[in-house]
This record gives sequence, C-alpha cells and structure tokens, in this order.
Amino acid sequence: MSKIFKVLILSLFIATSSMAGSDGQNELSKNTNGEIKDCFETVNRGIFAFNQAIDGLIFEPLAKGYLYLPSPIRTGTSNFVGNLSTLLTIPNNVLQGDFHIAGKNTLRFVVNSTVGVVGIFDPASAIGLNSYEKEDFGQTLGSWGVGEGCYVVLPVLGPSTARDAIGSLGNYMGGDAWYNVTVRNDTQYFSDFDYYASKGAGGVDFRAKNFEDINNLEENSIDFYASVKSLYLQDRRKRIANASGATQTQDDSDWEEIE
Amino acid sequence: MLVKKAIKLLSITILSFFLISNSFSIEPKDFVQQTVDKAAKALDQNLSKDLKISKLKVIALKSVDIKGIGFYSLGKYRKNISDQKKEEYLEVFTKYFLKTFSSRLAQYSDPKIIVNSQKKLNDKYTMVSSILIATDDKPEVKVDWRVVTKDPDNPLIIDLIIEGVSLAKVQKEEFYSIIQSNDGDINALFKNLKEFVEKD
Repeated sequence: MSKIFKVLILSLFIATSSMAGSDGQNELSKNTNGEIKDCFETVNRGIFAFNQAIDGLIFEPLAKGYLYLPSPIRTGTSNFVGNLSTLLTIPNNVLQGDFHIAGKNTLRFVVNSTVGVVGIFDPASAIGLNSYEKEDFGQTLGSWGVGEGCYVVLPVLGPSTARDAIGSLGNYMGGDAWYNVTVRNDTQYFSDFDYYASKGAGGVDFRAKNFEDINNLEENSIDFYASVKSLYLQDRRKRIANASGATQTQDDSDWEEIE
Repeated sequence: MLVKKAIKLLSITILSFFLISNSFSIEPKDFVQQTVDKAAKALDQNLSKDLKISKLKVIALKSVDIKGIGFYSLGKYRKNISDQKKEEYLEVFTKYFLKTFSSRLAQYSDPKIIVNSQKKLNDKYTMVSSILIATDDKPEVKVDWRVVTKDPDNPLIIDLIIEGVSLAKVQKEEFYSIIQSNDGDINALFKNLKEFVEKD
C-alpha cells in the first residue's frame, strides 16, 4: 500500500513539480488567485467526491460518536496524537534553522511523554512550553523556496500540492521517528497497527474538532471543492511563512481594484 | 450688539457642527467590538433559529460592505459586465450573502470575542485584530477584520480573516472556479447563486 502511495506521489511530483527560488518577496502577499495549477482538476474532483463518501461513511459517524465521549478522553486523545506529531516537527524545526524552537519542542516531548504519561496529559504547556506549531517536510520545502506545483487531492488524505505530497515522502523515508519505530523498523515494542491507529485517531479527532465548521462550510458552499482548495492553500502559505498577523498574509493590491 | 450676537450664534453653530461630526466618527476597533457585541446578543437570546437569523441579517445590512464583497468576489470578471448585469448580480449576491452569513453564524451560541488592536493599512482600510475566546471544545481563534474606512463616520466590515484565512478570498476563488469551469460564462455563477438562494 505504502509503495503504491509513494509511486503515485512520485509520479505526480515528476509530472507537476516546480522549483522556484525565493524572489525576496513575501510569497503570502502575492495575488495567487487562480495562479496555482489545478492540473488534474477532473481527477481531483473525482477523488474529492470519493473522500466525501469516505467521510460520510467512516469519519463523520466516528467523529459524531467521539463527540459523545467525556471531554477528558477527547483532550487526552488530542494530546496523545499531538505529542506524537512533535517527532515530525522537531527534525523540520532543525531543517528550517529554528534550533531554539527544536530545543523547546524536544523538551516539550520529553516532559509530556514522561510526566504527561505517554503524552495523554500536557504538563509542558503548564510550564510555559505552550506555543507549539506543527511542522512537516512540505513546510520545510516551502521555507526553502520550493514552489507549490500542482494542486492535488490525495485519496483519504485530502488536499495537498505536489510539493507537500513529495514532502510527506520524507515521513516514510526515515524522517518520522514514530513511523520508524512502528512500521519501518521491526521493533518488538510497536507494530504497524500502532502507527495507523494513531493516524486514524488523529483524523477522527480533527474531524470532531471541526465537525460543525466542515458541515456548515459544505452546506453554504456553491462549489465545496473550490472552497476547500482555497482554505487549504491559504492555510499552508500562512504556516510556511510562520505568519502571526493578518497583515502579513493579506494582499492589499487585491483590494485596491475595487471602486 | 448685533455683531456680538451674530458672532455668538456663529460660534455655537460651528461648535455644534464640530461636536456632531466628531460624535459620529468611530474608531474601527470600537465599531467591530460594538458589532460583535450586537451579534453575540442576538445569538445569546433564547430565540428561535429563524429569529436569530433575521436579527443577524439586520446587523449585516448595517455593518457589512456587501456591495464591496460582491465586487471583490467577482474578481476580474466585474470589469467586463454591463451595468445592468452588475445590478442583477448585486441583487442576487446580497441575498446569497445574507443567507450564508446568518446561517454560518447561527451555529455559534454566545461567542466571546475580544478586540485587541487595529492597524491602519491605508486611507481605505484598517485591519482590526481580535480573539475568539477558547471554549472547552475549541481552542482560541485569531479573527481579523478588514474594515473599510473611506467614510470614517460609517466604517463597514469587508472581510473576515480567521487564523490567516480570508473568507472573502475563499468566496472569490469559489466564484472564479464556477465561472472558469463554465468557459468564463458569468451567467453560470448567477444561476448557481439563484439556485442557492431559492433552496430551503
């Protein structure tokens, strides 16, 4: 399965990727309306419809049930999967040159994995290590100036770009310590199931946290596919720039045209 | 004597005009906070969903630049359409906007938003920053408001930026996608908007 996935992403990358050196301008503030290539729109829309069906059959009902669980259990699950994501964030902090943040996140992981009982609790936040931002290899490539390439929708995994998809290959090639100890290496402590169960739990947790927002967006969109694409791309650009304020992410020239 | 009276009258007139004009002017962040408080009040009351929606529509008509959002959402296509088409578009867009706006907001109950600061971008726009306070289920959310300040006495909200994601831009790209997938035919967008407005 993972081999097929890798080949699929690699093919997409070869077919569509674009390398773009940074031109010194804030990538976020450029008017990118319609500029990102939706090279496979018909296929993307097909996969999007498939993902919606999967969501309706699996994720939405699970998320609905999950929301009935007591709040401490949901918080514990969210903390647990969030703690595991730190293992992917730390190498990316280093690759982006954010050594101070990498150190803080390492300390955060150690505290939460020990005092916080394998990450179920979050004592790190209580001692001031609370400004955690997830990072991945797609963001790292973006911060190095690699262009987005074509917009793609991946089966089950959802919206992505050629750059982000190729970036996620880094997870499976040794960049994610959690994947290494569960799937990649045959350790006696963990199995493949642990990895996929944690990813599944993360997916359900995300769906539950955004339950009403996603359903509401779908109800109020005249082209849900285009809305999700815009949300995803804007969010990724903001994350790659590590922007904190709206004035850093918005393109004013876009508004100047209005009489 | 007459001259003194005339000067007094003139001074009072000027002073009154000054006071009146100043009392109408409002800081964008105060305007946003007032609007948010009004919306929260409408959502907090034990009202039926329909009544909440109608109250939210009244608030939107007074505080949102619906025409501006409509033209922004049309992107480059607004330059190529006739005045008659523009009028037709604005009519259906207003209905569409009010329906989506009130429907999206009606899901919230008693949202707590605290306005923090404002930054003047230029003579036309000011960005107001606020925080949607975290609840047991949801984390804190940064919400920024683009406010049109061309007329300082009558500021209007033209965009909402949630955690860096502009809702106006999402809408613009949605409209763009519909027009593009119909070979640039703007009538396809009109048809979609009308169908959306008419559905229950």
